Amino acid sequence: MTLEGARERRVRTGGVELCVAELGGPSNPTVVLVHGYPDSKEVWSEVASRLADRFHVVLYDVRGHGRSTAPKPLRGGFTLEKLTDDFLAVADAVSPDRPVHLVGHDWGSVQSWEFVTVERTKGRIASFTSMSGPSLDHFGHWINKRLTRPTPRRVGQLLGQGAKSWYVYLLHTPVLPELAWRGPLGKRWPKILERVEKVPGGDYPTSSLPTDAAHGAWLYRDNIRARLRRPRPDAYAHAPVQLITPLGDAFLSERLYDGLEEWAPELVRRTLPAKHWIPRTRPDQLVSWITEFVTANEGGPVTAGERGPVTSTGTGKYAERFGGQLVLVTGAGSGIGRATAFAFAEAGARVVAVDRDTESATRTAELARLIGAPEAWAETVDVSDGQAMEKLAAKVAGEYGVVDVLVNNAGIGLSGSFFDTTPEDWKKVLDVNLWGVIHGCRPFGKQMAERGQGGHIVNTASAAAFQPSKALPAYSTSKAAVLMLSECLRAELSGQGIGVSAICPGLVNTNITSTAHFAGVDAAEEKRRQKRSARLYGLRNYPPEKVADAILRAVVRDQAVVPVTPEARGAHLLSRFAPRALRAVARLEPPL
Amino acid sequence: MTTAVTRELSAELRGFREVQRLAYECAEAVAARLEPGVTERDAARMQRSWLRAKGVKDWFHLPFAWFGDRTAFTNFRVPLQFFPTNRRLEPGMPFILDMAPVYKGFTADIGYSGSLGANPVQDRLMADLEAHRELLLREVRERRPLREIYEDVDRLMVRQGYANRHRAYPFGVIAHKVDRVAERPWSPRLFGFGTQALKGLASDALHGHRDGWSPLWSPYRFSDHPPHPGLWAVEPHLGFRGTGAKFEEILVVTDSADPEQSAFWLDDDLPHVRRWAEDK
Repeated sequence: MTLEGARERRVRTGGVELCVAELGGPSNPTVVLVHGYPDSKEVWSEVASRLADRFHVVLYDVRGHGRSTAPKPLRGGFTLEKLTDDFLAVADAVSPDRPVHLVGHDWGSVQSWEFVTVERTKGRIASFTSMSGPSLDHFGHWINKRLTRPTPRRVGQLLGQGAKSWYVYLLHTPVLPELAWRGPLGKRWPKILERVEKVPGGDYPTSSLPTDAAHGAWLYRDNIRARLRRPRPDAYAHAPVQLITPLGDAFLSERLYDGLEEWAPELVRRTLPAKHWIPRTRPDQLVSWITEFVTANEGGPVTAGERGPVTSTGTGKYAERFGGQLVLVTGAGSGIGRATAFAFAEAGARVVAVDRDTESATRTAELARLIGAPEAWAETVDVSDGQAMEKLAAKVAGEYGVVDVLVNNAGIGLSGSFFDTTPEDWKKVLDVNLWGVIHGCRPFGKQMAERGQGGHIVNTASAAAFQPSKALPAYSTSKAAVLMLSECLRAELSGQGIGVSAICPGLVNTNITSTAHFAGVDAAEEKRRQKRSARLYGLRNYPPEKVADAILRAVVRDQAVVPVTPEARGAHLLSRFAPRALRAVARLEPPL
Repeated sequence: MTTAVTRELSAELRGFREVQRLAYECAEAVAARLEPGVTERDAARMQRSWLRAKGVKDWFHLPFAWFGDRTAFTNFRVPLQFFPTNRRLEPGMPFILDMAPVYKGFTADIGYSGSLGANPVQDRLMADLEAHRELLLREVRERRPLREIYEDVDRLMVRQGYANRHRAYPFGVIAHKVDRVAERPWSPRLFGFGTQALKGLASDALHGHRDGWSPLWSPYRFSDHPPHPGLWAVEPHLGFRGTGAKFEEILVVTDSADPEQSAFWLDDDLPHVRRWAEDK
């Protein structure tokens, strides 16, 4: 069995016997996990075991699934009313005095929406976390709204969801689904899940799958038509709701949840770049969001309007996506790195600010906490030191967790002709700009890949990666290498749900100009050129905050190469269609 | 730091100090009356009527009020955006009041930052402004070119993690000269600036142009000169992700050879200075 250490009991209700498993201390807040279709409670095994440290975790097999018995006859035995009876019976058995926190996935979420919007469960539910399962009533209204005023966009949304619901139509045909599930489909399902949905193999799905799936077809037949035709007009949630939307869901469009705030005021939204089966593929992220939401809403029965959900969600425009995630930024003591750390902090992420200068890293972490990061730490590491980076990775994994987003940003500037650039200069610039990225990607990327729950790596390259220049041979070489490294790594990690982006900023107003080394000139001349270039970049005045914004956007959209400033975008375009123009630019003397 | 309070001030400086204190009193009085729903226009009007009632008849510029992310001049493109709008104050919002009254012929130009309820970000910005006040005085006493001091302030802001928002002011000035203004029965205003005060500034600019200095302390070449004796209204303005904070007060620059006498803040008994002292 996959639920290790679970205490089992049977709960009788409405002619069926439900198999209920419990983990964790019964005195802790109770979290009830409701599974979907075609599943049994074991779909939650990864999530449940991680939640058990802090909560009293309760899972049950929905009637007709797993080791719960099926109603007789099946037809009419799976209505939402009866499922609500089941839930109340379980809740009364496991937590008679205190309301429970509800978490539902797929059909578990569909029925939980019913629980949380009907009158008779009032005071029994403290919070509800929904994933990949809309309320059928809200869905019905969603369709009606689009049918009564069919603008092109709304028609598109209807058709889009209509196409994603193909399996719902199939499940309404008599007998055939049962035959398929008990026959070839049931046998092949684990392989299909693994290949199409990237669900890791192992002891899931359980052997009861063919029966679960055959019985579960009645969930659709008993409820879908009835509810979509006549959705309840009063389906308002009476408990705080957290909505977790996997963006790669093949069965549900994210547009389904547009305007959900009407039904669930003060809704907390989260998004996740993943496919449908997130309890299997992203347990860590779910556990952290569930923990935060449950903790925030713990304490007495909550009725809507009385007390809203209180969670440390960020305020930035990507707060849904990055709230609570762990982000590590190198070179976070200044410029683009610092702005990036702040942008993630604003989105509610936990931030590790890495810089070789302790004071500025500390400052970044301090301000990050001030603007929304629930936690932020400063680490003093020189990215060119491989061993130090390995050590940092071990420390971060041990103390803060596996990094969700890694931003390899640290870099230094070096200008001067090829023959003025000494081997030491070359070594220095490659050590930081290229090896720094390698030293970052190796341990942290490895941790991400080993965890197997996705992630993202951002490497700061430069417009100089595709714009040659006689003034920047070493710098451009290092950045071109970073660009290619990112592309290769992206290919390698694509199968594991880890994205890699290369950011090519262009001329950005940061202090890279005043710290850059100018090869082949004396100290006074170097000082003069630093000042002059700082002034030029200052006149250009492209703020690092905009680059930070582009970095967050690149992670959200999983973009491969992102030129940021207009000149960088222009150069990127020319590098593809008119490389000779770039070569001409490369010969110009910079105005220093 | 020497305190100007203990210094024997000439009658003229006392006049400037009086109007500066009056302006800060006004800012504190108006700030205490701000409540949710008050608009920037309301706040500007409150400052105006408070000062009018105390006998202010002319202005260097009319009072400004900025709420929310307008304190950091977010998306400011044209100078007209400085004028008060109908934005309403909400709990937790930062605000800045900026006024420049002329009283008995003396000009003050002050900026007062605060927030409705707690705003930890702005508190932090205000606390970090102390280093700028010290840096400005120190470098003026060292007779460094104003343009270089401007750049040093800029660098300190970047090190602190903030953006330079005085760059958004006309000519990007961190300070400008203020002077005595002739009291006239009628002084019209041009884009919110008193014509008498503008006249003074223009004549300074003309003389300065001949002698190689400027009454505007900017990042540009025309400010590449040592501090010119006179009274400077200094206004470093920090911005951080939609929150801004500034102070503005008069720095006295003289041609004395004694560094302590060569430059000093007109008054050390101001709300932000008192707050820094309390925090210590």
